[in-house]
Amino acid sequence: MADNRKIGEVILDLQNISLAFGGVKALTNISFNVREHEIRAIIGPNGAGKSSMLNVINGVYRPQQGDITYRGQHRKDMNTYAAAKSGIARTFQNIALFKGMSVLDNIMTGRNLKMKSNFLMQALYWGPAQKEEIAHREKVEEIIDFLEIQHIRKIPVGRLSYGLQKRVELGRALAAEPEILLLDEPMAGMNVEEKQDMSRFILDVNDQLGTTIVLIEHDMGVVMDISDRVVVLDYGKKIGDGTPAEVLANQEVINAYLGVAH
Amino acid sequence: MNQKEAANSTFPGLLLQHGKTRPQHPAFREKDLGIWQTWNWQQVNAEVRALACGLAAQGFKRGMNLAIIGDNRPRLYWAMAAAQCLGGIPVPLYQDAPAADMAYVLENAEIVFAVVEDQEQVDKLLEIKQQYAGIQHIAFDDDRGMRHYHQPELTSYAALQELGRAFDMTHPDFFMREVELGQPDDTAVMLYTSGTTGKPKGVCQSHRSFMTAAMGGMEFDELTADEDILSYLPMAWVGDHLFSFAQAMAAGFTVNCPESSETVLTDLREVGPTYYFAPPRVFENMLTTVMIRMEDAGSIKRKLFAHFMELARRVGSDILDGKAVSGMDRLQYALGNLLIYGPLKNVLGLSRVRVAYTAGAAIGPDLFRFYRSIGVNLKQLYGSTETCAYVCLQPDGKIKFDSVGEAAPGVEVKLAPNGEVLVRSDAMLTGYYKRPDATAEVMDEQGYFHTGDAGIFDQDGHLKIIDRAADVGKMNQGHIFAPNYIENKLKFFPFIKEAVAFGHERDTVCAFINIDMEAVGNWSERRGVAYSGYTDLAAKAETYQLILSCIEKVNADLASEDLMAGTQIHRFLVLHKELDPDDDELTRTRKVRRKFIAEKYAVLIEALYSDKRSQFIETLVKFEDGRQGKVSADLHISDVKTFSAQKLAA
Repeated sequence: MADNRKIGEVILDLQNISLAFGGVKALTNISFNVREHEIRAIIGPNGAGKSSMLNVINGVYRPQQGDITYRGQHRKDMNTYAAAKSGIARTFQNIALFKGMSVLDNIMTGRNLKMKSNFLMQALYWGPAQKEEIAHREKVEEIIDFLEIQHIRKIPVGRLSYGLQKRVELGRALAAEPEILLLDEPMAGMNVEEKQDMSRFILDVNDQLGTTIVLIEHDMGVVMDISDRVVVLDYGKKIGDGTPAEVLANQEVINAYLGVAH
Repeated sequence: MNQKEAANSTFPGLLLQHGKTRPQHPAFREKDLGIWQTWNWQQVNAEVRALACGLAAQGFKRGMNLAIIGDNRPRLYWAMAAAQCLGGIPVPLYQDAPAADMAYVLENAEIVFAVVEDQEQVDKLLEIKQQYAGIQHIAFDDDRGMRHYHQPELTSYAALQELGRAFDMTHPDFFMREVELGQPDDTAVMLYTSGTTGKPKGVCQSHRSFMTAAMGGMEFDELTADEDILSYLPMAWVGDHLFSFAQAMAAGFTVNCPESSETVLTDLREVGPTYYFAPPRVFENMLTTVMIRMEDAGSIKRKLFAHFMELARRVGSDILDGKAVSGMDRLQYALGNLLIYGPLKNVLGLSRVRVAYTAGAAIGPDLFRFYRSIGVNLKQLYGSTETCAYVCLQPDGKIKFDSVGEAAPGVEVKLAPNGEVLVRSDAMLTGYYKRPDATAEVMDEQGYFHTGDAGIFDQDGHLKIIDRAADVGKMNQGHIFAPNYIENKLKFFPFIKEAVAFGHERDTVCAFINIDMEAVGNWSERRGVAYSGYTDLAAKAETYQLILSCIEKVNADLASEDLMAGTQIHRFLVLHKELDPDDDELTRTRKVRRKFIAEKYAVLIEALYSDKRSQFIETLVKFEDGRQGKVSADLHISDVKTFSAQKLAA
């Protein structure tokens, strides 16, 4: 098998991004890039603009200024549908699953963009739609196997523990077979064991599927262990960028996290 | 094939025969990616042949041992067959054992070749290789996470089979020649004892002995090739080897492997086995789940359930045993079957069960009666690794909860003067691996195997096991002290998971109790008692009250038995941590290591036999990832009411 985990060229480049909500400046003139197959972390104190940054990348927010280059294509902003279509998938800080639906069905929704048959055919489960559903189900089963959630396959998501729901959400994002996976605090609210599991899954996704990962995370231990490069935001500004070791040695970053005497 | 012919056959011989006589019959099923995959006997033959040739190509020779480590997977069962085809000896190991425990067995068995399930086991073997360099070849089934492993020892299962197919092309006669060289008295498998006392010993069993046990059981229960079983118990355990390998080969029935260890209950329901084997704790967990869910059900359902369960308790077992039951009761039972028992069995996956066995530990009378009353033909058997789990079986219609049945066909059972159970049959070990001294200790000149269990025959000639002969002690006043007997009575309460009784050379009996986290936790929640974790829950005054009431019932029960009245429990404490095989307190088969516990918790025992009301203790614990930590607690000690034997009789 080819080694998928070779960090390649810049796949996503963000230049001078600024985003403001009325008078509130969420992001000010931020530039950074993401290379193919890497794990890129965005860290920063609360309100630093991390989630806004992810929302800019997958088109939820339109920045007032700046350029986004994704796979060589230049664009002013993204929109959510185009982002998903072009291979960007994400998970949310607050789990956004369909609580009443089973794990299987939730992950199946992640295949939606890949389905060709129309709504009517799907509803009637007829002809090509049936064949298509079987093929997609197979893909979903691979994800279930990958994330080791066979035992909860048919259980409604609302009945699962928080940690398992997070895993299901990752599964749904994976179902879109993304090139870039955006993870918004994948380990928030987890215990140590769940965090270990989630870290392992993120590394496995990156390693075995070759997926590029951009993640926001508060647990510094996890971030420093699994990321290739880290970008640090504070009050909407970029204050550090580099390998975990470089970032840890950056005085500005230390000040932002530990506070500084004024 | 009858029993005599079979006794002169080998397992590879049977495998080839099934390939010829029932090529299309399903032999193995495994759920993969949500779908049950089937291999028929013809395909299994081809798979085993390819693997055997692959192993041979790598240098596996007649007489060598092949380590097999992993969950129940068809490919691992085929690895057993492949080793046997080459005249090698499969050695299944407990898959959840940490590397340190495995190292001893691997070194003792001089393992060079291993077939394992996944990365987890590969990691353990590579770690072990640092101390025991003998391991040369490791084949792994699941290649997940294995992409960055480039050690020369590693080959994927598929690649090994590929190698084997190429080898088979260039050496077309090799495989059949090797199979034909196999003799019934060759060692067929080596199963390590759990090591309740001392280091584990390798029990060598010949083809003849397992064939005798398998054929005997098959005829006893009229098993056919159409049975379906679910294989989910550790492959290293003699019970699984008998049911999932030896009997499956003998009868040619279908072995179903669950998707993962967490999905067993779902898989059980999907497969609907006709022949089922589980240790009591599995039956207990099932019943607990049912009861918890019943408590949450609506009042009509609850009343319906209570009504029909009462009826089942009264007449269910008798109907199953074919005894006389009034027409009215029969009619009602049929209605209950329609409304309650049938759907319940269906949910549990027991609808199709014709014969179910339990063994490995004593089963509580209520638990046993529950399953029989709803129409599950649950029976008990008695045996050990050394006797291929084939000594006593309960015949249909003659079931008692407190005995293990009559001697199985072809087995002689008698009692030694000290009460120890002695066994003689063809289904017996040829010896402990490289331990003639240990073999001589358990086999006498007349060919009787000394089981080490103390037993008695009841008036119907059924064997009743009381305890390990070595554990039976004497109290200072001269009463027989059978700790297991007392502990089992305690463990029949759902709230008590483990118990350890002390009393040998003492004036009174005292006990350690381990609560069942789920049952006691649920009980507490219903009463609004808040707790933060195991240690906290164990120390709650409410928990002590609950356990106290259980022990008082046991004392009342003991007081009614002449022999045991003197062994009522006077004082007890609830342990702050669960007894755990990882901390060496239990064996892998979850039997208490009495001596070890007595030494580790010596201060607690001392406190039990003093006037102290509480005792501080700090214990080291091992976590699953190998790290260590400390748990400490101040344990409360409680007195229990005892009953005088005469008063109860009066």
